[in-house]
Amino acid sequence: MNIGILLKEGPYNHQAADTAYKFAEAAIARGHRVDAIFLYNDGVLNVTRHMDPPQDDRHIASRWDELNKKHGVEVLACIAASKRRGINNDVIIEGGEITGLGTLTDIAIRTDRLVTFGD
Amino acid sequence: MSDANNNVRKIMHVMRHAPHGKIYTYEGLEMILIMAAYEQDLSVVFIGDGVFALKKGQETAGIGIKGFAKTFMALEGYDVEKLYADADSLAERGLTPDDLLVDVKVLDSYEIGALMNEQDVIIPH
Amino acid sequence: MLHTINKSPFENGTMLTCFRFLQPGDPVLFIEDGVYAVRSAGHYTSDIRDVLKTNPVYALLPDLDARGIDAVVEGVQSIDYDGFVELVEHHQVNSWL
Repeated sequence: MNIGILLKEGPYNHQAADTAYKFAEAAIARGHRVDAIFLYNDGVLNVTRHMDPPQDDRHIASRWDELNKKHGVEVLACIAASKRRGINNDVIIEGGEITGLGTLTDIAIRTDRLVTFGD
Repeated sequence: MSDANNNVRKIMHVMRHAPHGKIYTYEGLEMILIMAAYEQDLSVVFIGDGVFALKKGQETAGIGIKGFAKTFMALEGYDVEKLYADADSLAERGLTPDDLLVDVKVLDSYEIGALMNEQDVIIPH
Repeated sequence: MLHTINKSPFENGTMLTCFRFLQPGDPVLFIEDGVYAVRSAGHYTSDIRDVLKTNPVYALLPDLDARGIDAVVEGVQSIDYDGFVELVEHHQVNSWL
């Protein structure tokens, strides 16, 4: 099954980013393809490579980077939401990409499921 | 689910937050306007405080946030014509369709629940 | 349609709103702070029992564990992320954020 994820909340402030990650991991483990994670609202803050949590905490941006590199999951931040919040190509992780809402529409059309996480 | 030979998907946007206090309704509306260009079967349903987004007479100058209530009136021009509001949510808030900026079809929760079950995708805002 | 609820019913009305729109048979999954709804003690146990008469109810076990909830309303099924994915295999998803 081809699965898309829509993540609408920033990292650390809310569990949404953690649940979305755990869900993606489990979906891949069950043999599904996680096509893309689309970041909207404060969700776009998930891809700043400047985040620097304490050593013993999870590094949320690195998780997304790893999903991209290991499993080909597209990590996409909405351009309109990103511009508003100062997210641009200079600050995002290698595995991330900034794109338009048209891409989300394509994801909604081509995936079997679109699962939303947020506040 | 959509018919396999039919690429048009039924996508429902669910507005459940009041405007201005949080950005969800505003950015949700931006998403709907973009999706409208893709000729999918879109619908928008207003539930709970989401119905406040449609209330007439919103003046946001004093809070320093751009108002967007009137943008809902543009949806029809984008061929987004399936606008629904939950009857109980309106009643609970002392609102009637006359208090709203746009024409919405008022449905009860059973009817909205049945519509939800027909969707390929539901996007909450 | 799989309905997910991530809010404690003690804090806001999301759960009770969601329940109004459920169709019989639709599974309900509590995640994140939503899992406080299914503790075997507390004000909302009767609402959960009512829903269980017509709908399967699940709670995400890692979220229960994280919150020290070891007893849930009888009939509520605990599942892990793998079980969450399995539900998504069978249903489209309606997230009540």
